[in-house]
Amino acid sequence: MTDMSTISSPPAGLDAADRSVHFPQSDGSQVPYKVFSSQEIYNREQERIYRGPYWSFLGLDSEIPDVDDFKATFVGDTPVVVTRTAEGFACWVNRCAHRGALVCRDKYGNAHSHTCVYHQWNYNNKGDLLGIPFRRGQKQGDVRLVGMAKAFNDKEYGLQKLRVENYRGLLFGTFSDETPPVADYLGPEMKPWVDRIFSKSTVFLGCTRQYSKSNWKLYFENVKDPYHASLLHLFHTTFNIFRVGMRARSIPDSAHGLHSLITVTKPSAEADTSAAYTQQKIRSMDTEFALQDPYLLGQVQEFEEMTTNHIQPIFPQLVIQQIHNSLVCRQLLPKGPGSFELIFHFFGYEDDTPELRELRLLQANLVGPAGYISMEDTEVTELVQRATVRDGDKTSFMGMGLDAPEQTNSNITENLIRRFWAGYQKVMGF
Amino acid sequence: MDEKVVLWLEINDLQHRYVNAIDNDDIEGWPDFFTEDGSYKILSKENHDRGLPAPIMYCRNRAMMRDRVVALRYANIYEPHRYRHALGGLVIDETDGTQVKTTTSYIVVNTGLAGDSVVYQTGVYHDTVVKQDGAWRYKDKAVIYDTSRVLTLLATPI
Repeated sequence: MTDMSTISSPPAGLDAADRSVHFPQSDGSQVPYKVFSSQEIYNREQERIYRGPYWSFLGLDSEIPDVDDFKATFVGDTPVVVTRTAEGFACWVNRCAHRGALVCRDKYGNAHSHTCVYHQWNYNNKGDLLGIPFRRGQKQGDVRLVGMAKAFNDKEYGLQKLRVENYRGLLFGTFSDETPPVADYLGPEMKPWVDRIFSKSTVFLGCTRQYSKSNWKLYFENVKDPYHASLLHLFHTTFNIFRVGMRARSIPDSAHGLHSLITVTKPSAEADTSAAYTQQKIRSMDTEFALQDPYLLGQVQEFEEMTTNHIQPIFPQLVIQQIHNSLVCRQLLPKGPGSFELIFHFFGYEDDTPELRELRLLQANLVGPAGYISMEDTEVTELVQRATVRDGDKTSFMGMGLDAPEQTNSNITENLIRRFWAGYQKVMGF
Repeated sequence: MDEKVVLWLEINDLQHRYVNAIDNDDIEGWPDFFTEDGSYKILSKENHDRGLPAPIMYCRNRAMMRDRVVALRYANIYEPHRYRHALGGLVIDETDGTQVKTTTSYIVVNTGLAGDSVVYQTGVYHDTVVKQDGAWRYKDKAVIYDTSRVLTLLATPI
């Protein structure tokens, strides 16, 4: 377990190359490309971030609705299993205390206990060791063949446990004893926006998995970057879908800048149903490209503020997304310095009407690996990865909105990305 | 010839013309393989097996398919690529005179700009096919893919 004192001192074994990671500015406006491809930096992230005082998103409580349900996932690149117990939730490292084999091999399931296939060591759903075969040896004729060492204490050979917190249906895990309660971890700027989406029980609708050959932080930059939205994603522009009078919001977490929020809000007079959108809300200057069936761009009002987009990364492996009526928790999992997996957890609410549920599924067309307004994201993170593999000391430059960091109503800003990198530098000791 | 064999040959012909259109860049012709109210859905086997509905692509009529084609041609940005489908194991599951339900396995090998061809996706088509104006068309095509980790993105329909 990593405590705060080990985090603030440089870990042993750090080679000279890492110490030379140099951010020219402390404001996060210039990022050395090395951070996207260095194995040493990746290893340090695993220690400092995923074993550090941060909450990693594990899943939704509605994914494992019954007692003994489990889900296998990751904290950083460490395989873990989260289970629903009679008392609440448990999370343990998916590695047998005996010889290190993966204990749970399924992604989801229901099991009162978990048995390692290698030597059948058996654990309860909280990760405590229940029993091992041949513990007391075996009788062979007149001779008793001895079993496990006398000094063996099964209490010491449970699976490594993580702390778990269920915050309004979001399950988080942490290795650290120092991590504050999730509500405090989210902080005053982020919490109301999380609470807004998780004000009632969710229904899990399934997930999609995407694999990108690029560094996880490139995706984190992407979800903090409202500047790219209308420039890279040309869906709305191509179909002449004008979104007049939209209000933007881009807010960093004030404590460390690692979490953030981007919203786009319709003027209240325009708050409307999907049917109205179909009839007249699409203003097309040129009929060459008009959607033949624009129903999927409708929006049924669910929240007091009519946000069309709500993108909220919660460091380090969660992005909460509301795009129209599409509700998703994106889980971002690093898979080495040059790869990440992105898992979209789609959900609705228990009180969805059939029409609203159908609209959520239609709007799955907008996001995910084939999403009209998202498929480009993993494409561009790969473009950066490929072009920056050499020249690790060269840097990007993010100057949009640099002279007015107080402007939180802009969507042509790189402020959130800068705040992220400034926070990252502190976390990593760079 | 045996009626069942003729039907199998006709459906087999439909399946091959369908992948031939996609593989040879005739995605404008892709919606024409469906009835006007036909539906097309790409869903992971993982979700399908668990009874979970979240798709990665879902068109509930031909108009939505045409929109998808226009978006791919003019709006979305992705690396130029070429699919090659291989089909196998076509089975007619049931037929009641008006519609036919079939299952077919597929493999899609994808070639990108760098020139390497990789197995991009494997899976199965669950199709409901009807005869309309003398031609077989999909009333419902569910693409259930095994390759749960979609590599980078999915632009072209399967």
